[in-house]
Amino acid sequence: MLNKNIYLILIISLVFAISFWIGFNVNLLPAEASINAPIYDELFKILFIIGLIIFIGMTIAVIYSLFKFRKRNDQIGDGIALEGNLSLEIVWTIIPSIIVLLIGLYSYNIYDRMGGMKELNHNHEMMSSNTEKIWAGISQTSDNEMAINNLPIEVSAMQFAFLFNYPKGNFISGELHVPVDQKVSIKMESKDVIHAFWVPEFRIKQDIIPGQPTILNFTPTKVGKYPIICAELCGPYHGGMRASIIVEEESDYNEWFNKNKKSEVNL
Amino acid sequence: MTTLDSSKEIQKNNSEVNETHEDFRMFGLITFLIADGMTFAGFFAAYLTYKAVNPLPEGAIYELELPIPTLNTILLLVSSATFHKAGKALLKDKNSDSQKWLFFTAFLGIIFLICQLFEYFHLPFGLTDNLFASTFYALTGFHGLHVTLGSLMILIIAWQTRINGGRLTSQNMFPLEAVELYWHFVDGIWVILFIILYLL
Amino acid sequence: MTISIDPQKTNNESLQPKGWLRYFSFSLDHKVIGIQYLICGFLFYLIGGTLASAIRIELASPMSDFMPRDVYNQVLTLHGTIMIFLWIVPVVNGAFGNYLVPFYVGARDMAFPRLNAVAFWLIPPSGLMLVASYFVEGAAQAGWTAYPPLSITTPQSGQIIWILSVLLLGGSSIFGGINFIATIIKLRRPGLKLMQLPMYCWAMLGTSLLVVLSTPVLAGTLILLSFDIIANTGFFNPVLGGNVVVYQHLFWFYSHPAVYIMVLPAFGLVSEILPVHSRKPLFGYTTMVFSIMGIVVLGLVVWAHHMFTSGTPPWMRLFFTIATAFIAVPTGIKFFNWVATLWGGKISINSAILFSCGFIINFVFGGITGVALAQVPFDIHVHDTYFVVAHFHYIVYGGTVFIIFSSIYHWFPKVTGKLLNEKLGILHFIITFIGFNLCFAPQHWLGLNGMPRRVAEYDPQFQFVNQISSLGALLMAISTIPFLINVFLSARNGKDAGDNPWNALTPEWLTSSPPPVENWEGEAPLVEEPYGYGKEIPEQN
Repeated sequence: MLNKNIYLILIISLVFAISFWIGFNVNLLPAEASINAPIYDELFKILFIIGLIIFIGMTIAVIYSLFKFRKRNDQIGDGIALEGNLSLEIVWTIIPSIIVLLIGLYSYNIYDRMGGMKELNHNHEMMSSNTEKIWAGISQTSDNEMAINNLPIEVSAMQFAFLFNYPKGNFISGELHVPVDQKVSIKMESKDVIHAFWVPEFRIKQDIIPGQPTILNFTPTKVGKYPIICAELCGPYHGGMRASIIVEEESDYNEWFNKNKKSEVNL
Repeated sequence: MTTLDSSKEIQKNNSEVNETHEDFRMFGLITFLIADGMTFAGFFAAYLTYKAVNPLPEGAIYELELPIPTLNTILLLVSSATFHKAGKALLKDKNSDSQKWLFFTAFLGIIFLICQLFEYFHLPFGLTDNLFASTFYALTGFHGLHVTLGSLMILIIAWQTRINGGRLTSQNMFPLEAVELYWHFVDGIWVILFIILYLL
Repeated sequence: MTISIDPQKTNNESLQPKGWLRYFSFSLDHKVIGIQYLICGFLFYLIGGTLASAIRIELASPMSDFMPRDVYNQVLTLHGTIMIFLWIVPVVNGAFGNYLVPFYVGARDMAFPRLNAVAFWLIPPSGLMLVASYFVEGAAQAGWTAYPPLSITTPQSGQIIWILSVLLLGGSSIFGGINFIATIIKLRRPGLKLMQLPMYCWAMLGTSLLVVLSTPVLAGTLILLSFDIIANTGFFNPVLGGNVVVYQHLFWFYSHPAVYIMVLPAFGLVSEILPVHSRKPLFGYTTMVFSIMGIVVLGLVVWAHHMFTSGTPPWMRLFFTIATAFIAVPTGIKFFNWVATLWGGKISINSAILFSCGFIINFVFGGITGVALAQVPFDIHVHDTYFVVAHFHYIVYGGTVFIIFSSIYHWFPKVTGKLLNEKLGILHFIITFIGFNLCFAPQHWLGLNGMPRRVAEYDPQFQFVNQISSLGALLMAISTIPFLINVFLSARNGKDAGDNPWNALTPEWLTSSPPPVENWEGEAPLVEEPYGYGKEIPEQN
């Protein structure tokens, strides 16, 4: 009996060790290029490790049963008439409940840190559409930093392209340029069908819905060029509906901005 | 709908196992009506959501006149009572009384439909005018379809309660009971619809 | 309309039904209808599988070069619709439900046999109509979800035929659901208590409740959508003041329970198969029943987790996260109980048990990614990517389709009196299991790294992984061959199975195989313990 328990403990700790090792050493995600990304990856790692423990454990249990309890040629008759075990069943009701609850609370915390639970608004002091209803999206991470936000950009999506309007410079661009390490706030609206704004390296996505403006707030942290992908089926050329987001140093960004700026906007 | 016809067909063998085969035809009908009720529930949910979150364009008319729908509510409630009377009369083998009550019920149903059409023709908005108008017509239209079907079924069972050759007797009450339940259901839906659409 | 079997007449002649033509008739026999469902479903599975192969061929290269882009969208729409509404739902509910439930409740047929036949005969015409719509101006191309405004702006005829077809299939499903509820609640043989029913009856009861409560909402929604297309109303058309997100809510109010409509019967079937082949009682019958009902209740209030990146406000995102994650608890209980059923048994290693164990492993994997997807922040990154595609194929293919095959191996002797060939069966399992995992496991990585779903073209850096996935799809296509050979050969000259080849205790095995028209020669047996293995020594051959 003691021997058996030692084997069981050994196997369980091995499963945990393997899961943790894989969880920490196998990277399945693209580069991290926004403040959101490391937060997301933290959640991913935890879910990945818990998932691996359960999956490897269950797989071992199934395969072990198939080998250990397979019917030998000389055997006749049935297995043990075990119809259930209340305490065991209570254990495997309560433990998953606790795990699920903890995961739920933890992901709430993550979502809150990403700004998901903040009131939806878009800092558009220059636009007349200030009072326009925002239907969904991810807000700023903290309210008092609103004033810093100087990059309201309006995104319009149509079959099969994105257009980026910079109201402060009064121009429209086909590429989204943003300075690194600064909060960016985009308001999105679709001209025809539902599209989505997805930047895998930023770990953010929001549908762009006709008739229902949505917002996204993010802070890029790494200079580079990343794809903006439409993730909602929008027609035959859905797969080709791409744009680029170019994260650059502030000086480069200002240079680009001033080059494109059309005229001063009257306040 | 087809439930009624189909449910009549029960293999005789089953009646040995189940002494009361009348019983589960009614059970099937109730299940079907729950399903039908869910369709309405979906429409109501859509209507209430639209009302809550989708502002109508300026100048849109969404106030409804109350007299006709109030009359309609009374008509349907009275028709439920008269249908009940018909059932009671048939149970006492008074077929011609039952038939009279049934024809009167169908008559009330048809008056309801005429009033509904009258309202449609005098409304200041059409089907595609705005979201409210579309939902209004979808809801009342879908309900009206139920009333139409119900009135037809009442006429059929009224014909079948005739004294010579009618198939409905106090021994064979199921078709009458089934249509009655359906009719009460359509009534109930109308009351909810009246409250949500006209009063709220 | 011919009624091929009149029980009153056959009673005196022969107890065994004769003539294959009855499978093409408006038969009222629940066993014939069950087989009709199965074969009709399998034919549509082959069509849907061909479409899937076309998708994988297109995705073997990064460019859109195999078929025109709009045809690609039609193919993926038809693939989804056919596999869900014409293969999995009819087979796992209609086929096995019709065949087994009357046996399990000790009846001679379903509660409403004619309604049952009507429900089946709605399926072939609507399925053919759906496939034929491809040849008339092209099929629907807005995905099986048919989100407006895309579904309003794409060519109308295809979309309208799609709506009509799904409405008919939904009607068929509702009629079936009413029939199952009435059969299980009202048609039980005297003396048989609810808590003595085999688990599949409970699964079918739960499933049918979901069908009856949620399918009508889809029907209503599609009627509104068709008004938007034909009559120019604006329910879901933002140009006319409509709200596209309302459609998504109503659609997922059906289509999330639809996932449980597809997997709950599979849960029931695996609960029948495991005890028989491991010679042990089903572990934790009562908790299994309560977890099915828990899944039914929770399944109705989690729909908006499909809309986390859509127009949903933050509080809604949070509520649906918690509700969804909690479905993992009753589902987990079932999986632990199945493993406990295997534990300590005397397991015969055969195709049925292998497919069932494959189901457990695949479904646990799909369930884990499901819990992850329920977390809003996680979902925001992977929503509408290949991660989601991989997840739900692990649920519906790795889960339900594996169980369909397992059930075919298990009940084939019941239907035909012949055993399926075990060697071909195990070969079928190995190719399917490897092909399936090869096809869908890499797709998780694709989704995480930036490949959205429903695309005909993708970034070149994803080509290698996509080709692995396509190779897996090829293996899956090949795996059908040993299965078909096995079925045809065994049906003609397979080994004789006898009445009860597995020494099973569930009621359907207590009659001859194939069963007589009236199911039992005398009165139906009262099976109080359908899983009483190990309690008394059954007759040994």
